[in-house]
Amino acid sequence: MFIDTLLIGISSGAIYSLMALALVLVWRSTRVVNFAQSGQAVLSTYIGYEISVSTHNYWISLPLAILVGAILGSLVDLLFMRLLMGRANSGPIAEIAPVIATLGLLGLIQSFVGLIWGNAFLHYASPLSGKGFSFGTHTIPFSPQNLFIVVASAVVLAIFGAIFKYTDLGLALRASSFQPEIAQLAGVRVSRVRNIGWAFAGSAGAVAGAVITPTSTLSPNSLDLLFVSGFIAAVIGGLDSLVGAVIGGLVLGVGFAFILQYIGGSVTFLVGFIILMAVLLARPRGIFGHKVNRRA
Amino acid sequence: MHSRHLSPLSRALLSLVVGVALLAASGFTGELRNYQGAQVAVYLVAIASIILLTGYSGQISLGHGAIMAIGGYGAALSFTLWNFPFEIALLFGVLVGTVGGFILGVAAARLSGPYLAGTTLALAVGLPSIADQFHLLGGEQGLNFDIGDPPRWVVRLEGSDFTQYKWFFWIATVVALIALWAITNLLHSSYGRNWRAGRNNSVAAGLAGINVAKGKVLAFTVSSALASLAGALFALLLGLVTPTAFPLSLSFAIVTGAVLAGVGNLAGSIVGGVVLVAIPEISGALTTHLGDSQKVSANLPGLVMSALLILVVLFMPNGLRIRKFKRAKKTT
Amino acid sequence: MKSGLEVQDFSVDYGAIRAIRDLSFHIVPGELVAVIGSNGSGKSTLIRALSGLIAPKQGSASWNGISILGKKPEDLVRQGIVHVSEGKSVIPELTVSENLALGGLWRKDKLDVAIATQESLAIFPVLASRLNQRADSLSGGERQMLAIARALISRPQLLLLDEPSLGLAPLIIEQIFVAISHLQNQFGLTVLLVEQNAVSALKIADRGLILNLGELVKAGTPADLIADPELRTAYLGF
Repeated sequence: MFIDTLLIGISSGAIYSLMALALVLVWRSTRVVNFAQSGQAVLSTYIGYEISVSTHNYWISLPLAILVGAILGSLVDLLFMRLLMGRANSGPIAEIAPVIATLGLLGLIQSFVGLIWGNAFLHYASPLSGKGFSFGTHTIPFSPQNLFIVVASAVVLAIFGAIFKYTDLGLALRASSFQPEIAQLAGVRVSRVRNIGWAFAGSAGAVAGAVITPTSTLSPNSLDLLFVSGFIAAVIGGLDSLVGAVIGGLVLGVGFAFILQYIGGSVTFLVGFIILMAVLLARPRGIFGHKVNRRA
Repeated sequence: MHSRHLSPLSRALLSLVVGVALLAASGFTGELRNYQGAQVAVYLVAIASIILLTGYSGQISLGHGAIMAIGGYGAALSFTLWNFPFEIALLFGVLVGTVGGFILGVAAARLSGPYLAGTTLALAVGLPSIADQFHLLGGEQGLNFDIGDPPRWVVRLEGSDFTQYKWFFWIATVVALIALWAITNLLHSSYGRNWRAGRNNSVAAGLAGINVAKGKVLAFTVSSALASLAGALFALLLGLVTPTAFPLSLSFAIVTGAVLAGVGNLAGSIVGGVVLVAIPEISGALTTHLGDSQKVSANLPGLVMSALLILVVLFMPNGLRIRKFKRAKKTT
Repeated sequence: MKSGLEVQDFSVDYGAIRAIRDLSFHIVPGELVAVIGSNGSGKSTLIRALSGLIAPKQGSASWNGISILGKKPEDLVRQGIVHVSEGKSVIPELTVSENLALGGLWRKDKLDVAIATQESLAIFPVLASRLNQRADSLSGGERQMLAIARALISRPQLLLLDEPSLGLAPLIIEQIFVAISHLQNQFGLTVLLVEQNAVSALKIADRGLILNLGELVKAGTPADLIADPELRTAYLGF
């Protein structure tokens, strides 16, 4: 029983990590929490669904959905965030403008999705079985699709980790997020690099949406709770730290799985809130957050 | 804002005049409009709670729907369990919400920006589910808060055609006006000035001897009192409270209303309240024109609201106001 | 067309204040010019406007006849103008070698980046032993050296240095100024050095400009400036 719960926890934790990673990538590049992330992910998942319906092939739809996610992320930055950053930067609204604007974008994308596809639950099917693995007579809740979720998330996280650590682009991304002005003076095209950060975030969110949706259903709001979990995970991890996002996601996923198993489903988010509160009161910048003061 | 130069007494008189005028007007409008008027009043109080928090103390909350739930449940619980009269039940809801808000506010004062937004977001998603866990709170069925027909003195005063919705409108309007009057006075007190000072420059305010953290806790507490009042009124209009009556979208809606109102402008909460009620109405009319499709009717209000929100943030950061906010420079 | 840095009728605002007013000067290629002034004299604003971080209100500025106004800092770096900003401009979260690599990211000629890196490390050998340490573990002087070394990897023609002596001990300042002078002599770099520390700056400069409240007070050779007793007491502080 313990192992079953742990496995399920890791599977959902992997998804939380991906969503948290998406939020951290945007936070690092633009100092904005992108509330529209779940909207972007849901839109790319709908497009993935559409492709899988017409090609009858999940494996074609998956990479295309990821690509769409990346393009969407890039477009949100280019068409929306740059406009926002140029305006709404004074008065009482300045502090909350990014939150409000991305919330508005979330609503816009979700209503748009609803207008096109309707609000009914759709099934984005994957060829992998959603039935748990069996060992003799014992069937565990962990299914091949769950295994795929864990593997896909691990691969995505490893790719991003390698890009950040070992490539020139990764160095430019890190430099632009830590000290944009110094990066600029060293010749880094910061706004272009930022845009790549948004595209990466969009693709991470798209992976999350496209691999989790086959285990349940697709609707305009179907990724909202995933976003909240991802956000809690990212904040626990420190918002600034890629490693923190992954660990925060796994901790939260496993924690939620045990709460679900031993206490009951309805209190999970309340416990999430309490964990978040406890972490933030102990360390106001999250567990892996940087303590240095940043220039605005 | 009109009351900026008024004394507390004249503000009270103004509220009284507006109140009597509104109550008199309710005699000439239909049932639906009365109910919508009551909704506007409820949203107004909820939006004022956000404006107070964000505009005057620089904190953000995406979880005020949860605090409304506390107020609603507090009121309904005292109403069903102890048979409190509804007036006292409303006050009890506010009391519970204020205590809850104080506890949250102590924690919130230590968090900034996105961390506070995230924490309150988790609260909005998590808190209403408590009700599922406790039998006392009625589980999924919720709690009854049906205050019944208007009392006899009102019917005697207004005639036998005085309906329940009109009665709701009266209650909500009077309560909202009292709340606005109290908050306006508070903002003109030294507390209000300290909040603004803390928001604008916490370092300087700290040097000037203003306890910024204490001011933030107080602002969160007062804001929660308002939100729980709105929640209790909201429950009264619904006639009951359930865990699903206070969804995440409610939290977002009141923040939206506050932005449309202009987060630095308490008087704007009226505009915000009207817009929140009017948009679904207008979208409904539009949908009929567009052929009554289910997809359109379910999504048009959200589309209009979101588009409006984005446009306001980008192009009218002081909210939907015709007159320019000339005093902005002086007060900040 | 004049070669070198040509600045004419230059005015820059800092917030609501006019920080630089109608400033004109010219630096010939290979020259090391020190801009001397106290806090609030506008010298940092000048250098930030020249490197594209802020836009001037009026006037013109060109490098070897090509206007440098309206360009972003990252474009000016590609044009050979590199600004080392005030206060040890390194990225503390990155390692020393990553900070160095940053200066060569944009360059296509990776072989020359490697050569430039070796040359920089030869000028500041202390960095070579610290390549894998995070920059925030370095001393103030080492960070300043790292900032200049990173700039060199971009192969600049014009180096804009903003208060390299800030917050450093006299011995370290001496070391850094010797290195700056070496850059001019060995590599033929043109250097605009903004400094509060007039003594050290004028020691290595070919010419000095004295700035007060955004206006040019006096320009001349270090010897001329030092010889003027009024200037010495009012602006140079020795």
